[in-house]
Amino acid sequence: MDKIIELQNVTAGYGEDIILRNVNIAIHRNDFIGVIGPNGGGKTTLVKVILGLIKPITGKVIYYDSMKEGKQQKIGYLPQNSDTDKVFPISVLDVVLSGLAQPNRLINRFSKAQKAKAREILESTGILHLADKNFGELSGGEMQRVFLCRAIVSDPELLILDEPNTFVDNKFESDLYHTLKKLNEHKAIIMVSHDVGTIAYYVKSIACVNRELHYHQSNIISQEQLDAYNCPIQIIAHGSVPHTILKEHNE
Amino acid sequence: METIITLFEYRFFTNALLAALFASITCGITGAYIVSRRIVFISGGITHASFGGIGIGYFFGFNPIVGAMIFSVLSAFGIEYMSKKTNLREDSVIAILWSFGMAVGIIFIFLTPGYSANLMSFLFGNILTVTKLNLVFLLILALLITGIFLVFFKTILFIAFDEQYARAVKLPVETINYLMITLVALTIVFNIKVVGIILVISLLTIPQTIANIFTKKFEIMIWLSIIIGFLGSISGLLLSYYLNVPSGAAIIFFLVILFFISKIFRNILTSLRIRKQIQ
Repeated sequence: MDKIIELQNVTAGYGEDIILRNVNIAIHRNDFIGVIGPNGGGKTTLVKVILGLIKPITGKVIYYDSMKEGKQQKIGYLPQNSDTDKVFPISVLDVVLSGLAQPNRLINRFSKAQKAKAREILESTGILHLADKNFGELSGGEMQRVFLCRAIVSDPELLILDEPNTFVDNKFESDLYHTLKKLNEHKAIIMVSHDVGTIAYYVKSIACVNRELHYHQSNIISQEQLDAYNCPIQIIAHGSVPHTILKEHNE
Repeated sequence: METIITLFEYRFFTNALLAALFASITCGITGAYIVSRRIVFISGGITHASFGGIGIGYFFGFNPIVGAMIFSVLSAFGIEYMSKKTNLREDSVIAILWSFGMAVGIIFIFLTPGYSANLMSFLFGNILTVTKLNLVFLLILALLITGIFLVFFKTILFIAFDEQYARAVKLPVETINYLMITLVALTIVFNIKVVGIILVISLLTIPQTIANIFTKKFEIMIWLSIIIGFLGSISGLLLSYYLNVPSGAAIIFFLVILFFISKIFRNILTSLRIRKQIQ
C-alpha cells in the first residue's frame, strides 16, 4: 500500500505544554482512520501536526510524493464548526472556491472550469440552490455542508474532518458518510471524534489519542483494549455495532 | 478682484472635492476590510498611536505626517505581531499602544516652544486646507489600494473569512495580513488631514455600516462605501461652508444622520415585506 504521510517519533505541543508524546503513525492511500480520545487528549493537536500548522518539537513528519505541494491543495480540511465568523460578507460559491485556492500564491483567479467544478460539488451535496447566497444566511447544517464542499472540491489526497458530527442534523450525517465512503475508494480519510459509536461503522482503523497514540488496525475495539491504551472511553455493545459514550474521567 | 476670489474659491473647492474623492476611495476599500474583519478597534489603536509621530515631528521640525506614518505602521506591525506571536491579549496590546502614542504626542507637543495652531487640524482635520502634496499622496494610495484589491481580491477575501483554514491550506496568510495592516495604517495617516485623528475612524466604519445594511456582498459593500463616503464628504463640506463649522465634524455628523435614516428605511422596508408575505 502507498504511504502518503508518516509521523515518526513526533512530540508536539504549545510552548512548554507538551500535548503529544512519541507519536508514530503511517497514513496510506485508502485508509479511513477514526481518531478518538478524550477532550484535551491531543486529537486536534495531532490534526494540526499533520496539516503542518504546528512543527513537532522532536521527531518528523514525512510527506510522500503524492502529497508534495503543487498547484492544488493536497489535504482537504473540515475544521470544527465554531471558529469562523458567521456574518462575514462572502458568498457560498466563494467559500467553496477557497478550497481551490493555490497554496503559497498571492493571486488567485478562477477559471470557468473551476467555478463549474465548485457548483458541481455543491450540487452533489444537494445545496446548489444556495450557491449565490450569503454564507451568513445559512443554517448550521447548511454551513457544514458548504465546509465539506470546500474540503473536497480540490480532490485532495487526504481528507481530515475534525468533529464533523457536531451541530449537524441526521440527514447531513447519513449524506456525509455516504460521500465519505465513495471518496474513500481513492483517497485517505482521517476523522476525529470523541464519539466512536457514530464512526466505528465506517472507519477501517482506530487511533486512540490520549497524550500518546495507539493505533488499532481494525474498527472493532473492545473495552479491554481501550483500557490498555489508556483511553477513557466506554463502549456499550449493541449487537454487532459497537456503541459508545464518553466516560467521565478524573484528571 | 472678484475673478481672483472666484478662482481662489474654485481652486480650494476643487482640492476639497478631490480630497473627498480620494478619502472615500481609500477609506471605502480598507474600511470594508476593517469592518468585515472586525478590526475596528485595531484601527482606532493605530490612529491614536500615530499622534506620537505627529508630536515628534513638531518637536524636531519635520513634517508631522512623516512621523505619523512611521508611528502608525510600526504600531500596526506591533499589534499584528504581539497578538499572534506572544500570549498577550490583542485588545490589551492595542490599548497600550493607543495610549502610548497619545502620551508621546502630548509630551513632545508640550516640549515644543510656542503654540502650534496647526495642532487642531491634526486632531479634527480640515478638508479645505488639504495641501497639494497630501492630495498627491492620497491619490497614490488610492491607486495602490485599488490595484492591490483588484489583483489579490480572492486571496484577501479567503484569509479574512477563515484564517485558520487559510493557514491549513498554506495560503500566504502572514504576507497578506501584514500587507493589509500596512494599508490600513497608511489610509489612516493620509486621511488625518481630511477628517482628523479623532474622526478618521468614522470614515472607515460609518459608510461601510450603512452599506452593510443594504448588501451582504463584500464587493458591493466596497462600492457602496465609496459612494456613501463621497456623498457624505460633499454634503458635510457644504454644511460646514454654510454653517461655518469644522468640516470634519460636519462630514461625520452628516454620515451618522444618514446611518440612522438608512436603518429606519431598511426596517420599514423589511416590515412591509413581512406584511406582504403574511397577506
